[in-house]
Amino acid sequence: MKIGLFIPCFMNELYPDASMDTLTILENLGLDVVYPMEQTCCGQAQANTGCSHEASVLAKRFLKIFKDYDYVVAPSGSCVAMVRENYAQWLEGEEGFEHLKKNTYEITEFLHDIIKPENLKFSFSFPHKVSIHNSCHAHRELHMASMSEKNEPEFSKIKTILNLIEGIELLEPSRKDECCGFGGTFAVSEEAVSTAMGIDKVNDHINTGAKFITGVDMSCLMHMQGLIDRQKLPIKTLHIVQILAGGK
Amino acid sequence: MGHPELAEKFIANDERMHWHDKALWFVRAKRDNASKSVDEWEKLRKVASQIKAHTLDKLDYYLEEFEKNATAKGLHVHWAKDAKEHNEIVLRLLLNNGAKKLVKSKSMLTEECHLNPYLEEHGIEVVDTDLGERIVQLRKEPPSHIVLPAIHLKKEDVGTTFEEFLGTKKGNSDPTYLTRAARAHLREKFLGADAAMTGVNFGIAETGGVVVCTNEGNADLGASLPKLHIASMGIEKIIPRLKDLAVFTRLLARSATGQPITSYTSHFHAPIIDGQMHIIIVDNGRSAIIGSKDFKSSLQCIRCGACINTCPIYRRSGGYSYGYTIPGPIGSTLGASKDLRANKTLPFACSLCASCSNVCPVQINLHQQLYKHRQSVVAQKLLGFQKHTILKIATWVMKYPLLMDISGKLARAIVPKLPRSIVYSKVNLWGKKRELPPFPKNSFKELYKQRKGK
Ligand code: SF4
Repeated sequence: MKIGLFIPCFMNELYPDASMDTLTILENLGLDVVYPMEQTCCGQAQANTGCSHEASVLAKRFLKIFKDYDYVVAPSGSCVAMVRENYAQWLEGEEGFEHLKKNTYEITEFLHDIIKPENLKFSFSFPHKVSIHNSCHAHRELHMASMSEKNEPEFSKIKTILNLIEGIELLEPSRKDECCGFGGTFAVSEEAVSTAMGIDKVNDHINTGAKFITGVDMSCLMHMQGLIDRQKLPIKTLHIVQILAGGK
Repeated sequence: MGHPELAEKFIANDERMHWHDKALWFVRAKRDNASKSVDEWEKLRKVASQIKAHTLDKLDYYLEEFEKNATAKGLHVHWAKDAKEHNEIVLRLLLNNGAKKLVKSKSMLTEECHLNPYLEEHGIEVVDTDLGERIVQLRKEPPSHIVLPAIHLKKEDVGTTFEEFLGTKKGNSDPTYLTRAARAHLREKFLGADAAMTGVNFGIAETGGVVVCTNEGNADLGASLPKLHIASMGIEKIIPRLKDLAVFTRLLARSATGQPITSYTSHFHAPIIDGQMHIIIVDNGRSAIIGSKDFKSSLQCIRCGACINTCPIYRRSGGYSYGYTIPGPIGSTLGASKDLRANKTLPFACSLCASCSNVCPVQINLHQQLYKHRQSVVAQKLLGFQKHTILKIATWVMKYPLLMDISGKLARAIVPKLPRSIVYSKVNLWGKKRELPPFPKNSFKELYKQRKGK
């Protein structure tokens, strides 16, 4: 099983440690993981701003770089959703696209669906209260947990995986899957709404009594951490890989 | 002003913004409970969506069926290609019958056509009889929500409005007291009316009748007292058969307010004795939307308002921030379809969270439509030069890994050394209320290379 590691562009630049944690988790499972050096960006910001031409350029690049791996794994629900849900507009019918679309996974989802919980063992404990942040694209596009709007059985791949860690106590905010307001370029083009949503979400997480907020999208966490730091609020964000790689 | 600026104004009053958010979240929570009490909820949504999609595909056939069957029942059917024709037909019918006083139950279509000011200019008194609509009408405001037109107002605001217009006691904002005052006021208007207008929730092709859903019974009172009843209906309100109706009535009120059914679900299949009933079927830009593959399904909408209640942006920016007759996700897609230039900020008044698409009882892919409208905004060069240029440059950089590496390295080296006043200057919208993450020394790629010894 050959895995292409896909690290979102801003994580490569700003979150090298969490990116490294992603690699470590996969390598610790004995998997053959390669980080293709020529990768840059999936084009999500362009696509979400309507810049279809620019997005298509990056989508085509992405396909070329990643099409020959058995799986593509990334520590980001929204970048994975970009590949699986939005690339078709530009790549439908291209050689290798169906394979890429089917085999690109967010890392928690990959651990859950492909490696499977029964084959996972974490040799450390994480004795903390952690509030789960359900990022919208992972949640509603990748369907990583049951959605509050739908009449469907309860499940959460994130909780299933985290619950394998000894001592961890998982909590959820009262509005368990309301958007935090990051939204890509929305964070600046609708700054006032974005930050209002973010503060509400952070407070909802704080009210659970948790010490940490965790989720599968660094972008949402970066947005919330930015608000937390400015207002000096008593909670801290951690990408799920930062917990899964051994906790700190 | 576009959505971001209007939203910022609404948000500036933090207390009211949070009150608005909570009021609507409460409705959303009721909707969740109601939808979970129906085991086959998701299946119902699917069937409803299929019925609507089928009907839109064969709309010409069903509209003609409707006209034929309605006419056979003694109803008069009129066709209006746009708002102007619609308003002219209404005025003509009123004048022909010597009607000067009109009572009107809720109809977003008449809002869309700006009927009230048109009729008032021609000397007709128009009274909106839905309580929420009457409140905003007295205040000379448009509705801020399609189901809850006065949701932006607190009971104290209603109290002062009634004080001014209905002579209620100063400082009394007791809801029961105010509702009674409104009822007494509206009863008089009903009794003195020469004509009534209603909207239409469903037009049944098979029977030629229309169905109107309200909670206050105001449509029924209006349509039963005066001898002239005019119902305005968008072309998309048609459903094929009477038996299809139950699918929608089961979904509508549960989605809208969490009630199992609206208090009144009234079927109008004939004029009252010695009376006349007219139905105006309005296009006003709808058939153009039917012709667009990406946005056609927006016409499946049954105006339940669920997407508006769940929208985390709407709840915090208020109905007026959209500057369009219908706010929220459905208003943004319809508004963008209708006039992209005027509504160019609406497709971006969305974080693409997709909650709207999940609550929609007829499964409209609302967030995907807003995503698609953004591409039209760019294609029509309405995005703004600066934003587009930044993304073009970013894309150009991302085409060359080396360029990305160099830019990243430079940023990581320079930004931490800059004084705070420069990093957090006015142009940094991110930094207005948020800190930037700390810039690390190395990128992941650099660490990876080091580790692999390359
Ligand atoms: S788009 Fe769907 S959720 Fe929104 S008002 Fe229409 S039917 Fe209701």
